[in-house]
Amino acid sequence: MTQYTATTPDDLREMLEEIGVASIDDLFAPIPEAVRLGRPLDLPAGQTEQDVYGHLLDLARRNVSAEDELTFLGAGMYDHYVPAVIDMLLGRSEFLTPYTPYQPEISQGGLQVMFEYQTAISELTGLPVSNASVYEGPSAVGAAAYLAKLANGRKRLVVSAGLHPHSRQTVETLAVGYGMEVVEVPLAGGVTDAAAWAEAIDGDTAAAFFQQPNFLGAIEDAAALSAAAKAEDAGGDKLVVVGSYDPIPLGVLASPGECGVDVAVGEGQTLGNRLDFGGPSFGFFAATEAYIRRMPGRIAGETKDVDGRRGFVLTLQTREQHIRREKATSNICTSQALNALAGVVYLSWLGRDGLVELGELLLQRTAYARDALTALDGVSALHDQPVVREFAVTLDVDGVDGVKRVIDRCAAAGVNPGFALGRVYDEHPTGLLVAITEQRTKAHIDRLALILEAAVAAERAAAPTSGATA
Amino acid sequence: MSPHTIDENHLHADPGIEHEPLHHAVPISAAGATPMQRAKVETIFEKGAAGRRAFQCPATDVPVRDDLLPEHLRRREQPRLPQVSEPELVRHYVNLSKRNFDLDSGFYPLGSCTMKHNPRLHERVTALPGHARLHPLQDPSRAQGALELMHNLERALGEVAGLPHVSLQPSAGSHGELAGLLLTRAYHEDRGEHRHKILTPDTAHGTNPATVTMAGYEVVKVGTNDDGGVDIEDLKTKITDDIACLMLTNPNTLGIFDPNIQEIAKLVHSVGATLYYDGANLNAVMGRTRPGDMGFDIVHYNLHKTFTQPHGGGGPGSGPIAVSDRISPYLPSPVITRRDTAEGPVFDLVEDREKSIGKLRGFQGNYGCFVRSYAYICSLGSEGLQDASETAVLNANYLLARLKREGIGEYLPLAFGERCMHEFVLDGSVMKKELGIRTLDLAKRLLDHGFHPPTVYFPLLVDEALLVEPTETETKETLDAFADAIAAILREAKDDPEIARNAPYTTPVRRLDEAGAAKRPVIRQAMA
Amino acid sequence: MADASYPEELLYYAEHDWAKIDGDVATFGVTWFAQDALGEVVFFDPPAVGSTVTRGEAYAEVESVKAVSDVYAPLSGEIVEVNEELGDTPDAINEDPYGAGWMVKVRLSDPSEVDGLLARDAYVATLS
Repeated sequence: MTQYTATTPDDLREMLEEIGVASIDDLFAPIPEAVRLGRPLDLPAGQTEQDVYGHLLDLARRNVSAEDELTFLGAGMYDHYVPAVIDMLLGRSEFLTPYTPYQPEISQGGLQVMFEYQTAISELTGLPVSNASVYEGPSAVGAAAYLAKLANGRKRLVVSAGLHPHSRQTVETLAVGYGMEVVEVPLAGGVTDAAAWAEAIDGDTAAAFFQQPNFLGAIEDAAALSAAAKAEDAGGDKLVVVGSYDPIPLGVLASPGECGVDVAVGEGQTLGNRLDFGGPSFGFFAATEAYIRRMPGRIAGETKDVDGRRGFVLTLQTREQHIRREKATSNICTSQALNALAGVVYLSWLGRDGLVELGELLLQRTAYARDALTALDGVSALHDQPVVREFAVTLDVDGVDGVKRVIDRCAAAGVNPGFALGRVYDEHPTGLLVAITEQRTKAHIDRLALILEAAVAAERAAAPTSGATA
Repeated sequence: MSPHTIDENHLHADPGIEHEPLHHAVPISAAGATPMQRAKVETIFEKGAAGRRAFQCPATDVPVRDDLLPEHLRRREQPRLPQVSEPELVRHYVNLSKRNFDLDSGFYPLGSCTMKHNPRLHERVTALPGHARLHPLQDPSRAQGALELMHNLERALGEVAGLPHVSLQPSAGSHGELAGLLLTRAYHEDRGEHRHKILTPDTAHGTNPATVTMAGYEVVKVGTNDDGGVDIEDLKTKITDDIACLMLTNPNTLGIFDPNIQEIAKLVHSVGATLYYDGANLNAVMGRTRPGDMGFDIVHYNLHKTFTQPHGGGGPGSGPIAVSDRISPYLPSPVITRRDTAEGPVFDLVEDREKSIGKLRGFQGNYGCFVRSYAYICSLGSEGLQDASETAVLNANYLLARLKREGIGEYLPLAFGERCMHEFVLDGSVMKKELGIRTLDLAKRLLDHGFHPPTVYFPLLVDEALLVEPTETETKETLDAFADAIAAILREAKDDPEIARNAPYTTPVRRLDEAGAAKRPVIRQAMA
Repeated sequence: MADASYPEELLYYAEHDWAKIDGDVATFGVTWFAQDALGEVVFFDPPAVGSTVTRGEAYAEVESVKAVSDVYAPLSGEIVEVNEELGDTPDAINEDPYGAGWMVKVRLSDPSEVDGLLARDAYVATLS
């Protein structure tokens, strides 16, 4: 017996008698002798709750989190404020502990949440069809590639280099299984190279992918990319245009629906979910009406019960693995229901005006931050495209290691200035990606400028470059 | 009474109390409906009013410029998100939550899902800012606590499965399956072999064949013998060198431990194929046997089944994998390494690995789930994990024995064998023939008794299947109450099968028109 | 359709499909047995006009809430017409499987295949 099991000696006696065996060992008789472990698992002994808590606290203290430093680190996940109502709602037994709603009569709470979430994502993206979530951003991009494969049977995936490196890598890994070829289109001046984009897309292209804003923080001309891709679709109206969107700026940026995008996916972490060292979060997945039967994941639909009451059920289940098996639109079973709940609660908390105000605030502060940093000695803009919440600068230091040392110096002063782009882009060895959220005030940005300037100066003094700015 | 019977104060049942038969609660007219049934159903989009808000936007504290975003990049039509105050938001979602049955509230014997208790300590530790507010791209030198946690979890999971090389990256069980098949492909191709087929038993969970297609292979089904195990003769005819892998779970979805597992492993390895373990049923065997020792090359775990990550109404989950030495070069990136130095161990994340299959998702996986699973393993330790599996198997066999008693057993016989491991499958076709109610009707009537029904109509091999998995965290009293409820429903059906056919009566809604929802899908709120 | 019925004038194929022959054009659909096994049909995914069907191979899919079924061609040929009405009223397949529930019309490529079909009584015998 442990704190979670309850078989007393009396219970055991009665149960064994009912079953008709002498001991628990008899129940494991089908396991052949040769594969029996025959020894205890080589793991430490169990500990009391307070000791486990102490150990987890000790591990937590050895991490420098957004609580401990002033952070401008983004690159795919962002330190937005998570309202207290989300902690409270996600902690409720009725949301935290049930299973997927296979018995809809007793799952109306969860099913209605999915329906509301789908509505919210539909509104956010301007696309009529949304599912109830997928795992996260990069795998959502991979799922869009699978949708395209099933929809048009073509073999080529054209991917802008502006996509998050994890999205690009995920598509490449999955494409091996899909039997598809991945072609990358470079950036020019910070955005997807329009000529190269049109050149790469042909009649065998299943889908074309861009990210908005792209990984360098630049705002792409999504409508132009969409139109150009469709113009290259020799087979006519079959190519799937996929946009991977940061949801937060969608109060100010043109929506996927407004730009002719067929499938909009993205990372949902910023909508009410914690950083959690990378997960769990959720991915959103929305599309035009034409793709409703090709959507991966769960979808909740509205209906009535036998007495005429309004209710909700999982619908279009014939797409899914438990029915269509090898021909399913995906293999998803468990997805991210609780994190999607956080998402719809967050969007409802922000509200119609709040989403727009937040977007405008980020727009202004990000511009201010870029001006403030590029005014520093040894810091220049990597590109001058419009930005809304993240921007890239280059530092006059020696390669990506120089940038890492600058970051270390800033960290010692309690500031995390951002992401070293040289870790993923060979053509930007001294790049730094800086992210803004509503938690980073003007005063914080001013402090960043101060600390960064000092760190760059110290680095240049310690390890001077050849003189040419990278 | 369950939260869904006529009880405004939302009291929960003491399972030791004998319930009054619910016959008298039938039928329900609009006047007699429960408060929850009478409640008007409105989405958050139908509430609120213009101008209401919960979010207070910080003031713009920087000089405002109006030239930042060209018009053609700007949004034209605003999203029609709700406009509600915080109290409205809270009341809406709290009331919505009450329309859910959940594991904290009652018994959830869903076969194949392992609905075991979710310890609350886990919520406290995942909320610690050092874990919750840690950025995934934080410099590893400033995330040593997280990396050590992940490393320790990997070692513990590796010990449980008997395979040393672990990746925590996949986001769910089926994601782990996909990883396993892509690893298999990489392994074969690296040896210059191009195979096209994957074997799965006909009792397999739907995610198995769906994953096979996504990994670019063709499904070949292997039959089940009369004892519920893999049909070895059928396997022998199908095991060729075009087979890349055999996907199995042991015990399987019938709850039966296949005693021929070593012979199966030998056959699979004799043609150079990999043997994949679907870890959905790992809860049956911890501390007793290990898939690595049975001969499996690749294993996936479901942290949301065996290791208490709460199900959340459909996720999040986590599906780590463990592999043998020969498969380890292909593991997804990054991997966690440990170096022992004079100052103590140092942990690192290694991205660049030549033979890695790459990435299946962003960053390093669902860390929030790792924290919970790690806390669980620390709490239970070696003995506690073994106790969990032994109690799971004990509870399943006890419940099975109770359901074999007269009044139940003759209508719901066990589909295969005599006993079971942690779950068992009953065949509802006798009940259908003799009492005129189907497995579906039994499930719906169980809702009125305050229990979540078992899994229904899976595995496909059994007609009118009922797959029951009580897990180790239920008391004998609960198991007895469940068996009593089944007996009561069958007695009632003998008398009047119409009652179960029109159940449930006391839930927030009654049977729903799923066909209508599929024919004319309405999947978002229409806006005024 | 509540009661089992198998019209005398039609020909049948073992996978629960029927064919009505009219010169060198045949109309196909599924039998009462098929629609009963499926339950309420919610979606019919038709093939394109002009595409080829081959005897014994699936040419379309029919969906109920909880199941998907392949629809098999009793004879080979080219699709000349598809029942567009089934897009709005897929339940015609349940209500009137031999009339309004017809699925496709096919110009036969090998009329001798008709000899391989079952007469009503022979098909009904396979159902017991």
